[in-house]
Amino acid sequence: MSKDDQILEEFTSKEYEHGWSVDLEMDQAPKGLNEEIIRFISKKKEEPEWLLEWRLKAFRHWQQMHEPTWANVTYQKVDYQDIIYYAAPKQKKKLNSLDEVDPELRETFEKLGISLEEQKRLTGVAVDAVLDSVSVATTFKETLAELGIIFCSFSEAVKDHPDLVRQYLGSVVPPTDNFFAALNSAVFSDGSFCYIPKGVHCPMELSTYFRINAANTGQFERTLIIADEGAYVSYLEGCTAPMRDENQLHAAVVEIYVHKDAEVKYSTVQNWYPGDKEGKGGIYNFVTKRGICAGDNAKLSWTQVETGSAVTWKYPSCILKGDNSIGEFYSVAVTNNHQQADTGTKMIHLGKNTKSRIVSKGISAGKSQNSYRGLVDISKRASNARNFSQCDSLLLGSDCGAHTFPYIQVKNHSAQVEHEATTSKIGEDQIFYCNQRGLDTEEAIALIVNGFSKEVLNKLPMEFAVEAQKLLALTLEGSVG
Amino acid sequence: MSLLKIENLKASVEGQQILKGIDLEVNAGEVHAIMGPNGSGKSTLASVLAGREEYEVDEGKVLFDGQDLLEMAPEDRARAGLFLAFQYPVEIPGVSTTNFLKAAVNQVRQYRGLPELDAVEFLKIMKEKMKLVEIDQSLLRRSLNEGFSGGEKKRNEIFQMAMLEPKLAILDETDSGLDIDALRIVAHGVNALKSPDNATIVITHYQRLLDYIVPDHVHVLYKGKIVKSGDKELALELEEKGYDWIKEEQVSA
Repeated sequence: MSKDDQILEEFTSKEYEHGWSVDLEMDQAPKGLNEEIIRFISKKKEEPEWLLEWRLKAFRHWQQMHEPTWANVTYQKVDYQDIIYYAAPKQKKKLNSLDEVDPELRETFEKLGISLEEQKRLTGVAVDAVLDSVSVATTFKETLAELGIIFCSFSEAVKDHPDLVRQYLGSVVPPTDNFFAALNSAVFSDGSFCYIPKGVHCPMELSTYFRINAANTGQFERTLIIADEGAYVSYLEGCTAPMRDENQLHAAVVEIYVHKDAEVKYSTVQNWYPGDKEGKGGIYNFVTKRGICAGDNAKLSWTQVETGSAVTWKYPSCILKGDNSIGEFYSVAVTNNHQQADTGTKMIHLGKNTKSRIVSKGISAGKSQNSYRGLVDISKRASNARNFSQCDSLLLGSDCGAHTFPYIQVKNHSAQVEHEATTSKIGEDQIFYCNQRGLDTEEAIALIVNGFSKEVLNKLPMEFAVEAQKLLALTLEGSVG
Repeated sequence: MSLLKIENLKASVEGQQILKGIDLEVNAGEVHAIMGPNGSGKSTLASVLAGREEYEVDEGKVLFDGQDLLEMAPEDRARAGLFLAFQYPVEIPGVSTTNFLKAAVNQVRQYRGLPELDAVEFLKIMKEKMKLVEIDQSLLRRSLNEGFSGGEKKRNEIFQMAMLEPKLAILDETDSGLDIDALRIVAHGVNALKSPDNATIVITHYQRLLDYIVPDHVHVLYKGKIVKSGDKELALELEEKGYDWIKEEQVSA
């Protein structure tokens, strides 16, 4: 046993000395994090031994890591011993009708144009049997099963497809990758698992929405998507409806493995609670998202619309290992009031003739800070690699900030790397022009912002794009007075 | 009843008074031209009427179609039927003229108690109005005013006017930067939109535009006041003699 391990062992067994133990009968783990808690989580979830070991390894590594401080965000330190890491999934309180829903929440739903049935589903109002989303989901599942597509919760996958999980888990984001990924690996609660077999073109958008038991995946979500050779899938995460959660810290991990000739499109709309106007409360969203184009001619495309969370730390990345593989990143990040976002991407070019494209649109209002941080890395072997990056910032008012941190590392002379960046301010002239045509100021801003974000919004699936447009407008409501 | 009635309007920008007591009455069916040398306050008058925030109204009263115009928000003035064709139309990247106008037209319709137009109805009306100013549909699909030539921007302004069907249109130096062909097209559009129910105020430095849009009344604005009013002959006189004689008249008066 190495010295470090000994210290660790001592450290963890110490807790025991003081008579502290976890009762498996409990629905909820006590506050704090140690090996015992991890064993508790794993046992509760009836996980195989290897997965427990995997978690423990991640935890031991995490203990020696430091929270990153390089991001352009400031927030109150998280006390990791003051968090409950396991709570049994609670049944949402069933409501009898929408009248019982918080009127403010309902108003937001109306503005977003979310249908009544959808509102009921989101707020836990009982729905008619015919329209129940579960029955819709079942139909979906049958269609998918016929094609051999696996789409289920992570926990189900561990039970039903252990070999696949074991083969791919941590293959793109190793448990030791970074502070938050290590924490997630140690304590992840649940999430989604998706496998598209060889040559199968998934005929529908796979949305977490349609996954049964999607509720309460918690603050440490884990997603694993595998597209086997020649497969195709478009995957949607999140929804435009406002998401409230008592947990302040969210540290999710998404891993995507794209085989030869396969393609994965991953779209996100993130609308977690951003805190109030004074900057109190709100979610810390520290996410690690990464995919690998492992085989030749593979393609991975990230599209994200980020409007929520108090602090965002998120860099969906592509490792372009296969020759001729393609990585794309399209992002709109909006910050208002006291929100802070440090988001961007990493494009790691390893294979020959690999191509990447980055389009980032940052919109800042209020007193918010919005940073783009991106890395384009062209390795020695990646001959004829190409990258195009475009980072545009739009400012509303004069108390907010927009920042761009592009990192470019080129080790192969045949590479072509282009970077364009612009910063503009919504002008009073533009707003007055819209006013003069009969649009009020909020409508004017919505129009200008949607125009600015168009290139990214166009990448979203249709029904998502319309909601996302409204969401942008809603996020910026009241930002210009 | 007059459509627009301005009484003793005084307005400042950045603490400096530009309009120093304007009186003007415009009736439905009329075309008024406001002329004057540079810096006399022509564009300021247009901006104050449209409700631009930087302009402070110090004194006076403006009635528009029976309503107190100065109490209305800029968007409500527009919805109530006041249209300003901008001297320098702004660009809005990523927003096509078509989408922009659809939003605007439906806002105006809502204000007037009319049902919203669906995409099909809207396109039908658009096609009709496009002919008026010989504007091409491909232009309307592009981002609003982005990369438009001077002539295209001005034609687009008149096209928007045609779509919004205002009661009162104010054309702020619409002739500036136009060649003679574009000028003719723009003027043709304005004339075609004339009716007994609406009125037009043409703000211009030169008489040239008034050959095409014939005014019923011509006013000379000088140092923030209307110093002379007459019929279309006054415009010709100004063209011939320049503005100096007006200035001299003011000094000797």
